[in-house]
Amino acid sequence: MYVRAYEKPKSIYGVFERKPGDPRTTHYCPGCGHGNVHKYIAEAIDDLGIQDRTILISPVGCAVFAYYYFDVGNIQAAHGRAPAVATAVKRARPESIVISYQGDGDLAAIGGNEILHAANRGENITVFFINNAIYGMTGGQMAPTTLPGQVTTTTPMGRAPEREGFPLRVSELLASLEGPTYIERVALFDNKSRMRARKAIRKALQVQLEGRGFSFVEILSPCPTGWGMTPAQACEWIQREMLRYFPLGVFKDISATRPSAPTASHQGKLTDLASSPEEVLALLGLEGVVSAHPPWPHDVDAPARYRNPRIKIAGFGGQGVLFLGRLLAEAGMRQGYHVCWLPSYGPEMRGGTAHCHVTISGEPIASPLVSRPSVLIAMNRPSLERFEPEVIPGGVILYDSSLISMPPRRTDVEVLPVPATRMADRLGSAKAANMVALGAYLQLTHVLPAEAVIAALERVVEDRSLLELNVKSLRAGMEYVSARREHGAP
Amino acid sequence: MADETVVDRGRVEIAEDLCKGCGLCLLACPVRVLVLAEHLNSYGYHPARYLGRGCTGCGVCYYACPEPAAITVYRREAAAARV
Ligand SMILES: Cc1ncc(C[n+]2csc(CCOP(=O)(O)OP(=O)(O)O)c2C)c(N)n1
Ligand code: SF4
Ligand code: SF4
Ligand code: SF4
Repeated sequence: MYVRAYEKPKSIYGVFERKPGDPRTTHYCPGCGHGNVHKYIAEAIDDLGIQDRTILISPVGCAVFAYYYFDVGNIQAAHGRAPAVATAVKRARPESIVISYQGDGDLAAIGGNEILHAANRGENITVFFINNAIYGMTGGQMAPTTLPGQVTTTTPMGRAPEREGFPLRVSELLASLEGPTYIERVALFDNKSRMRARKAIRKALQVQLEGRGFSFVEILSPCPTGWGMTPAQACEWIQREMLRYFPLGVFKDISATRPSAPTASHQGKLTDLASSPEEVLALLGLEGVVSAHPPWPHDVDAPARYRNPRIKIAGFGGQGVLFLGRLLAEAGMRQGYHVCWLPSYGPEMRGGTAHCHVTISGEPIASPLVSRPSVLIAMNRPSLERFEPEVIPGGVILYDSSLISMPPRRTDVEVLPVPATRMADRLGSAKAANMVALGAYLQLTHVLPAEAVIAALERVVEDRSLLELNVKSLRAGMEYVSARREHGAP
Repeated sequence: MADETVVDRGRVEIAEDLCKGCGLCLLACPVRVLVLAEHLNSYGYHPARYLGRGCTGCGVCYYACPEPAAITVYRREAAAARV
């Protein structure tokens, strides 16, 4: 009688549903080390019994599709950002086991900054770093870990350190920091080295499981395709060439002495401190906030065409358009709506145009992006010109008529000119033009009661006189629209 | 000892269509009981093949193989092994 002793780990799917082509094989090249590392990680997840709470962050690189294979929670991060995403996940869900899986281009080039700081903070996450000395996915370009003399498509004469710098020894680098708990470099070139790699991978997860902090395993891994070798030659090359520059071993291990004390990622969750939604809100200083989601319309009588607004707010960097958006979202939240505020940062923060996306909705919000706004609040001319075409037919364009002399050309939208900057200037500071615009928007649409906005203002603005100016400007904007109505404007 | 009466400690199964013919398992096997087949599988690779005798069930080929489900290694149950 024979029994199965070594078989596909349970944490790897039996069928890779998402994968095109044969859904039972990986997309990796023959002899690629990614497959081995996947197996070892999955085996460790199985053995530690953590499949249900493991969240794997896959990189950009050949392993971008790790989520095809791992039957765990999966997130795919932007290039190099996996440690930042892992940090967020771990802090939000401290009970989860969070793995950042990254190649050397991802981790050591574009993501060099992320890994350094995650390690330095001692985040209680585990990073598996696949060092194959090359960019595999994009066709074999030089990586920070490419060896001196190594030929790649971008170093056709071999990497010259005087021109391209020296290979980064990431394990040694990170081991010089106080933050990390466990750092080891292993390799995949023969049976013994593979067993060592398995052990290190398991240990790294164990460190996280015990809450002992940042664990990191660098794996020297064959990329036969990128290196232009057979799988067997690739293993020899690791042993002969890579080991000379990247010695194997444990570079740091303080797991025995580092207490499994609460680290940043272990700080209590809100739900440990409060049992009811009201208590959570009180802890956040949001007493009185409605915690249910009233469907539109609730107590405000916003006409149907104004409900569930998707708003774009745009203007100069210093005009407070981001703040306006945040305030709207905050006030919407106080009223119990689903809200979303997405600022668009960029060089425009120093001039040009800045803008943000705000959604206030009775329904859960699928995307934070507002690409077809129902409301545009334009505080300067470039913003109006840029975003006017995006507004949906029947939408609203509110613009600062003291700065924009050319009214919008659209005839299929409702247009509301408000001399916001001039009014705010008269009231004390042109900087409050954003509040005038907000007041005008509220009075036009009745989407939110002014009290909710003022309550949000009181929470966000600490300076008394600034608060007063803001409230005064808000009310002025509201009165302007009322007066306009009384004079026959729509 | 006549070959037919030897009961191997292990047995290895290779899912031919999941194999990419990289050959790493062959190199890894300490008792050299794996080879690449002459024929091609549906992907056009020469799949690894077990010679049919001599596997010790050590599992080394399993860990050398990058494909998650290509290799399954069986071992004779401990009780049976003692007979
Ligand atoms: C922001 C961004 N920059 C560049 C790229 C192109 N790109 C894709 S993968 C990659 C590097 C992959 O190398 P590595 O991280 O070593 O992983 P491997 O493919 O070798 O496993 C690059 C530069 C990208 N997708 N996104
Ligand atoms: S290119 Fe290299 S790293 Fe990418 S799958 Fe192929 S062998 Fe693996
Ligand atoms: S289990 Fe061991 S002996 Fe059997 S085929 Fe695999 S490597 Fe060879
Ligand atoms: S290691 Fe796996 S993929 Fe490679 S030849 Fe052996 S069975 Fe096939």
